[in-house]
Amino acid sequence: MSEPADLVVVGAGPAGMAAAATALAGGLRVALLDSGTALGGQYWRHPPEHARAAVPTDDLHHGLDRYRALCGALAAHRTAGRLDLRLGHHAWSAVREGDGFAVHAVDRREAPPETAVVLRAARLLVATGAYDRQLPFPGWDLPGVLTAGGMQALLKGSGVAAGSRVALGGTGPFLLPVAAGLAARGVEVVAVCEAAHPRAWLRHPGPLLRNPDKWAEGAGYAATLVRHRVPVRPRTAIVAAEGDERVTSVRIASLAPDGSPRPGTERRVQVDAVGVGWGFAPQLDLLVPLGASLTDSADGNAVVAVDRGQRTTVPGLYAAGETCGVGGAALAVNEGRLAAASVLADARATPVPANRRLTALRSAVDRQRAFARAMALAHPVPPAWSSWLTDETVVCRCEEVTAGAIRTARADGAPDHRQIKQLTRAGMGWCQGRMCGPAVHCLTARRRAYEPAERLVATPVTLGALADLDEDPQVSAAPPVPATSAVTADSSETDKECP
Amino acid sequence: MSEIVVDGEPLPYAEGQTVAAALVAAGRVAWRTTRVGHRPRGVFCGIGVCFDCLVTVDGARGQRACLVPARPGMTVTTLEDDDE
Repeated sequence: MSEPADLVVVGAGPAGMAAAATALAGGLRVALLDSGTALGGQYWRHPPEHARAAVPTDDLHHGLDRYRALCGALAAHRTAGRLDLRLGHHAWSAVREGDGFAVHAVDRREAPPETAVVLRAARLLVATGAYDRQLPFPGWDLPGVLTAGGMQALLKGSGVAAGSRVALGGTGPFLLPVAAGLAARGVEVVAVCEAAHPRAWLRHPGPLLRNPDKWAEGAGYAATLVRHRVPVRPRTAIVAAEGDERVTSVRIASLAPDGSPRPGTERRVQVDAVGVGWGFAPQLDLLVPLGASLTDSADGNAVVAVDRGQRTTVPGLYAAGETCGVGGAALAVNEGRLAAASVLADARATPVPANRRLTALRSAVDRQRAFARAMALAHPVPPAWSSWLTDETVVCRCEEVTAGAIRTARADGAPDHRQIKQLTRAGMGWCQGRMCGPAVHCLTARRRAYEPAERLVATPVTLGALADLDEDPQVSAAPPVPATSAVTADSSETDKECP
Repeated sequence: MSEIVVDGEPLPYAEGQTVAAALVAAGRVAWRTTRVGHRPRGVFCGIGVCFDCLVTVDGARGQRACLVPARPGMTVTTLEDDDE
């Protein structure tokens, strides 16, 4: 596409795909970028187009009809020269530039060499999704222990099962498709340990009754798990992983309602891989430095605040999907459409969808958001989860900071994860607190929502790629870049306190 | 099946797989050690967030194996102290 875009969409998962398709249908020129090698994000994660025959994964998916329809729409607009699709592009910063935005990315299609790219448009839509929220436990850093999402990514994207005898643990409905997918590939799933109890859903009858499709999907997973004799154990947790050079067993315990292990219930189960996940943490890296206001979500995360049309508090900046609160792919698709409808309205372009359809879309988003809230309340992080930790348990995987060190810092008066970081280095390593941040937050100021550190560089970028940047004087508006040629995810902390 | 070269040894992979997936498919769960405790590490998050799966690819250090698509003849070096 030679002409500049009217809209840049970051993230080609369900929300970003739907948003791009709607904006294109309204006549806008769109640039859509994603770090993945295929459209679909994590939910519709696929092998790259040329490898679909070698790595068949269609049977692991839900809603493929919708995916294919969106792919088809995007392909048509691409052929017509109206969509600038950038797969394998990692956005590392988005900045205000004049009346619009500049999104800085690195093209890693031929990685490791990478080249710098800047995409500019009057409007920016961020649909960067979320990643697994983790809680540490003894042995969670042993090889063979993965995030539940990591197991799913290996399976859906590369057709690889992470083990042959697997235990899954954590909380939330996401554990079920992971278990079902592994079982369908011949993996022996020895236990799905769900910390919550299904009874918790009964406190939210309204959202349950109004979202029958969710229950149909859940029933499908349940049938698969029954067929493969996969035991789903409510109010149970993996409280430790054991092994020497890799995980060889887990310890599983029944939980009291507060999440503390019931004495005498612990048992050891042999495994060769473990998948864990405690819900998801929204990926807010591009939104926070732009100044978008955040708000608290029922799952304990801070999420980007949006109005009824998915507009953030920054003019021209829109958000859709998990950045607005974790709620699943169907909600993300509808939010993407809503966001694009707002973009079209704000740009005074052809309205898509028409007004009546827009009302229905808003009502669907409300209904699905209510379900997401019920899900968050029914699958909380157990209050007493930290009782599983020993002082020696690693909490920050990158800097190898232990629970004991964090407890000491807290006893010394550190009130939140920012101060803990300064005192212990937890969150200062490679991942910049993405893995340990929510846990450190829970270990300190858990009554407030977890607000991630402000990271001015959302993904590592090499000086070599930056040297490729053109000499356009506007580019100097980019944030400072860490002075190292090696990979870095450095950021500056703000002094902003939790709300 | 194509091949990448891992620590001098050929490793087959299916077209479309990442370097991490090829390693896991070959039964490897750890290919790096940490800086402080020299703990073994392999793939953890699988989507580029955690940096546990670092390898050197065609001489470039600090590459996340879970994000790099395997390509024929690509050289991968593990067990270097990539955590520095």
